[in-house]
Amino acid sequence: MESFFSRYRNPMILGLVLLLQVFGLAVQVKRPIDPRNPEAGSVRMIRLWISGVITPIERVFVATGSWFGQGWHDYLNIGGLRRENRELREQNEQLRIQQTRMEEDAAQGRRLQALLDFKQHFVSQTIAAQVIGSSGTELSRILYIDRGAKDGLRSDMAVITPDGVVGKLKDVFPFTAQVLVMNDASSGVGALLEKSRLHGVVKGNTNGDLILEHVMVDEKVEPGERVLTSGGDRIYPKGLPIGTVAQISSGNDLFLNICLRPAADLNRLEEVLVVTQPQLAQADSENPVKAADILAQRLPGVTQKPPESPAGVKAGAAATAAASNQKANPAPALSQAKPKMVKPKVVPQNNPAATPAQVDTPASQPAPSPTSPEVNKPQ
Amino acid sequence: MNAGVIYTSREEIEVYRFNLVATLFVPAVAVLLQSYLPVAFHGRLHFFDVFDLPLLVTIFFGVARRNPIAGSITGCLIGLAQDALTHNYLGLFGIAKTFVGYGASSLATKIDVENPGSRFLITVGFYMIHRIAYLLVQRGMVLQDLPANWLHSIGAALANGLLAIVVFAVLDKFKQRA
Repeated sequence: MESFFSRYRNPMILGLVLLLQVFGLAVQVKRPIDPRNPEAGSVRMIRLWISGVITPIERVFVATGSWFGQGWHDYLNIGGLRRENRELREQNEQLRIQQTRMEEDAAQGRRLQALLDFKQHFVSQTIAAQVIGSSGTELSRILYIDRGAKDGLRSDMAVITPDGVVGKLKDVFPFTAQVLVMNDASSGVGALLEKSRLHGVVKGNTNGDLILEHVMVDEKVEPGERVLTSGGDRIYPKGLPIGTVAQISSGNDLFLNICLRPAADLNRLEEVLVVTQPQLAQADSENPVKAADILAQRLPGVTQKPPESPAGVKAGAAATAAASNQKANPAPALSQAKPKMVKPKVVPQNNPAATPAQVDTPASQPAPSPTSPEVNKPQ
Repeated sequence: MNAGVIYTSREEIEVYRFNLVATLFVPAVAVLLQSYLPVAFHGRLHFFDVFDLPLLVTIFFGVARRNPIAGSITGCLIGLAQDALTHNYLGLFGIAKTFVGYGASSLATKIDVENPGSRFLITVGFYMIHRIAYLLVQRGMVLQDLPANWLHSIGAALANGLLAIVVFAVLDKFKQRA
């Protein structure tokens, strides 16, 4: 009997040749992510195809797993539910106490100014997304999330968790998107050491470690010091925790080798938040130089700024006030208050895994601040 | 006249083929699992990054078919699919796996690749060839000068060699004598 392959050999070779050419074209041709919105960018057709084939199946897997997990959680694991309910009640009470304490603190003038200043520099809107896949190779630390261009995502948006920075969006497809995790060798995050206020760049390496680069050997850096985003890269909002200094050693060149421990657990990501509206970029572009802000970055304490005065005088007054304030009363560090302000708001209240939705951070409700761009504009 | 020595224990080299479903299904599942498993349990299986299921499938199809052209094309397509899931240029894995597919098919015509010991050894060898080819292309064409962690690569090669013994035994079920 004549085999299938020998019988249809010629058409199959023809098909193969055509397939290869189509494949070659798909590799070269870029297709707009959203044809109705040309500004959304484009992506290679082959990536679109493969993503279109792989991610729906991964969605099914994730949904099936969630369904079984939900069934177990809802109907079978009653003991666990009661225990979890008890823990949640306790947690809720603790959160209420924390909330009350924060409200009292926020009522204090100087403290409130610092918090509002942080709000101004922080993100205004995020979209929650679920991690559904990965590149599957350590040579490319890419994750896939279940949100895409249809949800308003664009390339280069920052991706965070309540614990800290995760990475940024790389390619965005209609219903999914790639997240370039910050410990990939090709990534880079503008960073700032919390205490010493030294600037650097956090990069990954092939082992998946986080390295803080461009800090000179003669600078003093201590293990355990927190590293925050500097906002200078115009991708990550300023003040987000990146990690803590784990190891320091002298490099071959003029710079220190600083190894970081990431704030977010980059190997166990389930849900992430995509920052869709970082206010920092707008604010900084409108007011590229603000003396008070520069001073606030360099001094660990909280600056006190006069409410209304001409720009030049104001900057000088703020600097003087901050300097005197620093000497007289070393106030709590600005950054210590930052995570407390963010965490309760960023975490979705009702089962974030089931319905990822837009979550407003404190900055989405703008409040009057002496450091806001409107107030600081020269009159 | 071809005077090459054939190091095989059998009088005739067995050539296998696969039906269309297995040809498409097995590599697709390998790529899917490679992408899905590391996050399937929310990172608890992140060590799975060390394994390269698409590479094992490329080697398996290569040695089973014993046809260098088919092995090359299989490696090329599987590698491109794997490339598409990364953020790197398309072709890094494609070129590396094309080499592996060709090499595995060519080697299979000369030596016995049916027993677990030889399967372990050829997988370890081809993992390293794959890694070297990837690095060469990455440094030569893409100009990404990333450090090569050879100790890690050797460990990964051994791990893949052990996994290959199991995976190849499972994939043997799809074989059909040509």
